[in-house]
Amino acid sequence: MDKEYHVISTLVEDKPGVLQKVAGLFNRRGFNIDSITVGVSEVEGLSRMVISVHADEKGLEQVTKQLNKLVDVIKIKDITKNAVKRELCLVKVNIPNEMARAEIMQYTNIFRAKIVDVTEEALMIELTGDAKKINAFISLVEGYGIKKISRTGLTAMARGV
Amino acid sequence: MRGGEAIIESLKNMGVKTIFGYPGGQTIPFYDMLYDADMDHILVRHEQCAAHAADGYARASGRVGVCLATSGPGATNLVTGIATAYMDSSPIVAITGQVPTHLIGNDAFQEADIIGITMPIVKHSYQPKDPDLIPSIVKSSFEIAKSGRPGPVLIDVPKEVQEGDLTKFDDSLIETPGYNPTIKGNIRQIKKARDLIKEAKRPLILAGAGVIISNACCELKKLADTINAPVMTSLLGKGAIDETDDLALGMLGMHGRKVSNDSINESDLLIAIGIRFSDRTTGRLDSFAPDTKIIHIDIDPAEIGKNVDVDLPIVGDARNVLSSLNKVLNDYKVSPDVNKWTDMIKQRKRDLLPRVTYSDVPLKPQSVIKEISEVLTADSILTTDVGQNQMWAAHFYDTQKPRKFISSGGLGTMGFGFPSAIGAKVACPDDPVVSINGDGGFLMVCQELATVKEYDIPVIAVVLENRTLGMVYQWQSLLYNERHSQTLLGNSPDFVKLAESFGVNAVQITKPGETKEALKSAIKDNEAILLDIVVDPDELLPMLPPGAGINEMIGEYKLEKDVN
Repeated sequence: MDKEYHVISTLVEDKPGVLQKVAGLFNRRGFNIDSITVGVSEVEGLSRMVISVHADEKGLEQVTKQLNKLVDVIKIKDITKNAVKRELCLVKVNIPNEMARAEIMQYTNIFRAKIVDVTEEALMIELTGDAKKINAFISLVEGYGIKKISRTGLTAMARGV
Repeated sequence: MRGGEAIIESLKNMGVKTIFGYPGGQTIPFYDMLYDADMDHILVRHEQCAAHAADGYARASGRVGVCLATSGPGATNLVTGIATAYMDSSPIVAITGQVPTHLIGNDAFQEADIIGITMPIVKHSYQPKDPDLIPSIVKSSFEIAKSGRPGPVLIDVPKEVQEGDLTKFDDSLIETPGYNPTIKGNIRQIKKARDLIKEAKRPLILAGAGVIISNACCELKKLADTINAPVMTSLLGKGAIDETDDLALGMLGMHGRKVSNDSINESDLLIAIGIRFSDRTTGRLDSFAPDTKIIHIDIDPAEIGKNVDVDLPIVGDARNVLSSLNKVLNDYKVSPDVNKWTDMIKQRKRDLLPRVTYSDVPLKPQSVIKEISEVLTADSILTTDVGQNQMWAAHFYDTQKPRKFISSGGLGTMGFGFPSAIGAKVACPDDPVVSINGDGGFLMVCQELATVKEYDIPVIAVVLENRTLGMVYQWQSLLYNERHSQTLLGNSPDFVKLAESFGVNAVQITKPGETKEALKSAIKDNEAILLDIVVDPDELLPMLPPGAGINEMIGEYKLEKDVN
């Protein structure tokens, strides 16, 4: 079956093992989780977990239902279609020469990114956006030599009320 | 009060009188507190059997079964039993000892991450880190285990929590906002079901274990009678309807009754209740009831549409939904079409009754089951192991009441039959309990002969001895050119001597009529006994080969009417 990209938002109890249970259910179906982010939610004791995954429709429906059966899972929603999706990326770029430094700083401005650490040989840049924007920035600065990339994975929130 | 005493007190509050367990290093404090407690403990001889016994107890009684093991290997030995209970929705609470909290994660002696290991096979699990939490955790575990779709719950108790003093005994339920099983069926869906039933000309009912678990057998019978629809069951649905009833066709599936397998695709409406459409029940999915409308009633929304696409799902407790459905059907009149269909199916049932009458030596397993049937009453409990013995029993034994046929369905666990019978007998001491095993599976758990002797648990253990691992042997015979790879149990023990070495009576049976006599006197004597019944290894069960549709059985289906 065709696998499509899905973003699932779940509200879970903030307890040990919940992440493992949720990840385990995707694993059983053979779905590779692209990213999973967890943080506190607006309710004390509850966390929001955002999972992005490539999955076929029927398999995902089954995983969703199985997730709902977990005692620790309060709510679960597929928000693929109508959500603000953001990711934070830290990237450390080489500075081969002075001209490169200027160019990288320009790109940083254009992408509304921030320089958060500077040395003679490298710049660390913080960038927020959807995956497309981050990938575009990375491919722009790739030519200078990337020393390191660290991405948070996707967090997302449905639009409207 | 200390943690271990709080466990015992909480179990007593839950109505528990007997637990099945095996001590070890990290449960010594608990066992020390049990020493003075008013609580029966049955010392099994392998932890796996503690879990199976708790499971058998739960299935026979409908109450939560409790088993106990120490940390590490004790806990991992429970795993097969927990998985068995999970697959068959059986409510058990498994309590394990754990190394002291400050050692967890240090690879301490007999440490295993049993919470992590059992995560995919429990309904929920707890690890109290404070003795004060124990009363709430035990109570919540029972609540979760038995409510909604039942299942196993694990409580992993570090050693120092067993020993620590409670500051208060507070057993208020732990809040579980994410756990709200749907009990009541949606009335709009139920009315749609009524409409489908009214339109149907050839209705059939397929009942699963959910009907038994929710105690919906009276409602099921009422529905079947009201709409005059024949009833088939899954393996674990046996007993949902009295199988001696005219409307009861018997088990459907890979080794199902021919009348059920042949008829299902001819129906125009299938009312499936408390069933998960396992591959062993349906055969190949695209030829399972392809032109039949399907109503699926189940308490677990994850079962709806999982294997079989359904036309009308109703999520809810079987008893609740069926009683609502019966209410909205109060003006239902059975149409001539339905009567014609059901008369035809009833006649087909009579024509296709499987042959059980044989006088062969070595004994045919069918005739052994027949003799057992002739002795057992409706209240007797039959547990089975897994494999041919299970299918002989399931196919040829008519179960008349719910909770009287106990078998490992989903996981198909060899070694389940005998220990589950121990649990069933403890739960129902007044009912005869017979456990049907093969020689392979019985050898996996034969050490429990010590348990039945020690506690005087009068279980009747039948070993259908064919010196093969029969089910695999049969597949090899039918599908692998008779290459019987590793399925011949040449050097089996002398089962009579084996039982006698434990102090358990035993008798070997080789001829027709002997089973019946031995069973009669065993029930009269009310003592544990092993019946070693030598059967023909080459008698084959008709079956659906892998990938076959439900009505494509292979193997000769011998009929009772052809006798003589």
